[in-house]
Amino acid sequence: MSIIHVTDATFHAEVIESELPVLVDIWAAWCGPCKAIAPILDTLAEEYAGRVKVVKVDADANPETVTAAGVTSIPTIGFYRAGERVDVLIGAHPKPVIAAKIEDVIA
Amino acid sequence: MSNQEVELVIVGSGPAGYTAAVYAARAGLEPVVIAGAVTAGGALMTTTEVENFPGFLDGVQGPDLMKRMRAQAERFGASIVYDDATNLKLTGDVKTIETGNGVTYRARAVILAMGSAYRKLGLPEEERLSGHGVSWCATCDGFFFREQKIAVIGGGDSAMEEALFLTRFASQVILVHRRGEFRASKIMAQRVLSDPKIEVAWNSEVMQILGEDQVTGLRLRDTVTGAERDLDVSGVFVAIGHDPRSELVNDQIATDDDGYVLVDHPSTRTNLPGVFAAGDLVDHTYRQAITAAGTGCAAAQDAQHYLAQLAPDGAADARVLAVSA
Repeated sequence: MSIIHVTDATFHAEVIESELPVLVDIWAAWCGPCKAIAPILDTLAEEYAGRVKVVKVDADANPETVTAAGVTSIPTIGFYRAGERVDVLIGAHPKPVIAAKIEDVIA
Repeated sequence: MSNQEVELVIVGSGPAGYTAAVYAARAGLEPVVIAGAVTAGGALMTTTEVENFPGFLDGVQGPDLMKRMRAQAERFGASIVYDDATNLKLTGDVKTIETGNGVTYRARAVILAMGSAYRKLGLPEEERLSGHGVSWCATCDGFFFREQKIAVIGGGDSAMEEALFLTRFASQVILVHRRGEFRASKIMAQRVLSDPKIEVAWNSEVMQILGEDQVTGLRLRDTVTGAERDLDVSGVFVAIGHDPRSELVNDQIATDDDGYVLVDHPSTRTNLPGVFAAGDLVDHTYRQAITAAGTGCAAAQDAQHYLAQLAPDGAADARVLAVSA
C-alpha cells in the first residue's frame, strides 16, 4: 500500500476515522532527518500493507494538524488506533525501532 | 543474514567517509561505505549554508555538498550501504563489521569515520523535554517557533549559525554562553553581535530546563556573581559541541580520555593493523568539513598502502600507481 498524503482537511477522515491503525509521519521538505527516514517508511508501508495505514503530513502546509499534535520537532511519527494517538516517536530512528512501535500498535 | 568479503569497509558517510571512498574507489578497492540507516551524510545534513568549503564561491547547502560527495564516490565504484554498523571486530587480519539488517562484511582493512554526536547538557530534564521544546536541529525545528522567544546554548560556530538561522522564525533569540567571549570565528561572532534579534547572555550556565510537558524557560546561573535567574523561552537549541562516536570501538582500539580515536600522526593508522581513522572521530581541534575530508583522503591512501603490502601478487603495485596518479 502506498503512502497517502494527508492534509488539515483530510486528517479526520483518513486518520481519526480510519479502521486500520495509522502511522502519521509529520515531515517537511527542509528537514534532513525527515528525508533520511522517508525510504524506511515506504518499505514499512509495503510490509504492513493491509494491517497499518501509513500517511504523511507536510508540516509546512498543514498548521492545524501540527498544532493539534503539539509538534515542535520533526520528524514526529504518531501512532493512532481507533482515533487516538497511542504512541509517538520523535526524531529519525532506524527501521527496527519504528517497526517495533508498529507491532505494538497492531498487537 | 549474509556474509560479504571485501577489501575495505569505510564506516561513516560524512566528508571523511565519502572522501575516503572517492580515493579508495579510484584506487580500485571497491570500498563499501556503511553510511548509516538514518544518518547518511553526517553532521552536514542538518546544516544550511556552508560558506567556507573551498571551491564553492557562493556557498553550498550542507546536504547538497554531501550529495555531491556521495555521487562522486559512487561514480568511481564505491558501494553505499544505508544501514548502521552495529558490531565491529577490528583485531586480526580479517575485520568483521555487522550491520543492523544482519549483513556481515569481512574486510582486510577498515576506515573508521563515524564522526561525532551532539553533546548533551547532561541535565535530567533534557531527555524528557527533547522534542518538546529542546532541539538539536535548528534547520528541522526552527519553523515551529515562529514569533516565539527561544534560546540557543553555546559559543562556537555551530551556535552562531543556529542563532542566526533561527532569527528567520523567532521573535527573539537569546544566545546563552557560559563564558565572556565566543570561541566562534570572528565573522560569525560579528554577525551575531550585530543582529538586532539576538541578545547574548554572557557568563551564563544552564542549571535547569524549566517546564513539565513543554519547555517554558531556563534557569541560568551567572558564572561570575553566582546569581540565578529564570529566562522565559519556549524553545532551547543546544549547540555546545560534539563528542566522538567511538562507543562501538572504544573497547578494542586506543582512544584518549575524551573518546577520540588515537592515530599515529601524520598518518591515520590506529594501534590496530589495518584499521585507520579519520575526521571528527579523531580530531579534537579543527573539526571542519575540509579537515575531515583531508584526513579521509589520507586514510584511503594509508589503507591502500597497507593492502598493497598484504597482497601476494603484482596487482597491488598497480593500485599504488593508481592512487598517486
